[in-house]
Amino acid sequence: MNRRPLAEATTRYRRRKLVDRVMTALAYLCTAAAVIPLTWIVIYVIYRGLGAWDAEFFTALPQLYGDGGGVRNGIVGTLLIVGMATLMGVPVGIMAGIYLAEYGSNRLGGVVRFMADTLTGVPSIVVGLFAFGVVVVSMGGFNAFAGAFALAIMMVPVITRTTEEILRLVPNSIREASLALGIPRWKTILRVVVPTALSGIVTGVLLAVARVAGETAPLILTILGTNFPISLNPFEGPSTTLSLQIYQLAGQPSPQVVEVAWGAALLLVLMVLGLSVAARVIFRGNAHTRF
Amino acid sequence: MKKSDDAPAVMTVEHLNMYYGSFMALKDVSMVIRKNRITALIGPSGCGKSTFIRSLNRMHEIVPGARVEGRVTLDGEDIYAPEVDPVRVRRRVGMVFQKPNPFPTMSIYDNVIAGLKLGRKRKKSELDEIVERTLRQAALWDEVKNKLSESGTSLSGGQQQRLCIARTLALEPEVILMDEPASALDPVSTQKIEDAMLELKEQYTVVIVTHNMQQAARVSDYTGFFFIEDMGQPGQLWEFGETEKIFSNPDRKETEDYVTGRFG
Repeated sequence: MNRRPLAEATTRYRRRKLVDRVMTALAYLCTAAAVIPLTWIVIYVIYRGLGAWDAEFFTALPQLYGDGGGVRNGIVGTLLIVGMATLMGVPVGIMAGIYLAEYGSNRLGGVVRFMADTLTGVPSIVVGLFAFGVVVVSMGGFNAFAGAFALAIMMVPVITRTTEEILRLVPNSIREASLALGIPRWKTILRVVVPTALSGIVTGVLLAVARVAGETAPLILTILGTNFPISLNPFEGPSTTLSLQIYQLAGQPSPQVVEVAWGAALLLVLMVLGLSVAARVIFRGNAHTRF
Repeated sequence: MKKSDDAPAVMTVEHLNMYYGSFMALKDVSMVIRKNRITALIGPSGCGKSTFIRSLNRMHEIVPGARVEGRVTLDGEDIYAPEVDPVRVRRRVGMVFQKPNPFPTMSIYDNVIAGLKLGRKRKKSELDEIVERTLRQAALWDEVKNKLSESGTSLSGGQQQRLCIARTLALEPEVILMDEPASALDPVSTQKIEDAMLELKEQYTVVIVTHNMQQAARVSDYTGFFFIEDMGQPGQLWEFGETEKIFSNPDRKETEDYVTGRFG
């Protein structure tokens, strides 16, 4: 039997302690490596962009040279197009997610899941090209709807998968309790399972919105971009968003125009961050959905 | 216990076989469940007691590939007839599960009436009356009457289980199935639930699966002993009779061995 005293500091023990310290230090370094880029970007964007924020920035149209100009139409466009995309993508995504979670353990479910996962990986420019071919060409022009269509396509698989995952987390005992009361399956899903998972579903939606709010490539081919006021009718003429304006203004020779682009970048970053934070807060806030 | 019990049969089971895919889980089970009596189902783990009780309200059908052969009748009607809707069966044969499962997004009040939200719209006064009546029958009213709007999950385990009982009672089923209702609870809650069961039998019929033999002996009028001959074999109803007889003078050796604790 091994009767060595507990406190004896053997070489093996000392080496183990050293390895432990080195690995801990490495873990901290890696965390820093992950966190630093994000913090750096945010700080730098604030630094470059805050100066551009004034009343004119939020209310005027862009100017391609000289001082002044704003991104009013970009703000309107982002809200309009992302809003439309959400209205189109959310119902489809949630219903697909419900199907996969509640009825989808069959072959069709496997196919749908695979297609959703594949669609998440399709390059955004390709989605834009698709929207260009299907919407822009057939409608005869660039418009906001085509952009919303492209963004909706990108949102659907994300929402589908997060909805499915969160519904799977609802314990089966809840479904059983409802079915045993003689509540039909569809009503069980709609009135019991989905409300239980609601905060998680909303989180998934907000994260999907945050993701597409910053997309640029699919919009280049669908809304074209413009420095004129945009129509609130999404089928009428080219439109623009903050992300597209950043792209178009940042390439201009005039430094004041570039500064406006930075201001737009700051606004966009804050919007996306705001959505992500809201998503986390909502998910944490509902105690009764923690099972 | 009366010499001959004239309580009518509310459910009958005739030569029931249950399959999960090609695997036979239950073989040739027959029994009579008498009205306003408590029937207990005992037996070692894995003998099909829970499987069997779920066949009484067609809850086993949630598992894909599950099917039955044989007849199960409720008030003389075969519940497995092709034109029968399982939803209607479940409204007349209610179930309480082993782990309490109140709906987490609903208040205590809403939990109790959750099953009622199907049929006709009822007035608030009618719903209030149902909530109070069923919570009293479940021996929970006094403890929650001042906090009906709080979440169903804010209660202790024993209280949640009694809430689930009240929720089942709100539908006024004829038969209440209980699948080990007290096995996840402390002795005090268990006692309360047993007391509630004895009160319930005045108005309802109860079938309970239990691992706790003393509980079966305490509360039930009839007992069915389920047994499995070997691993991979289907479960069978080895013996069925009045509780007093099963526990003091059973017909079959395996029954006697089980109730005297020689194996468990």
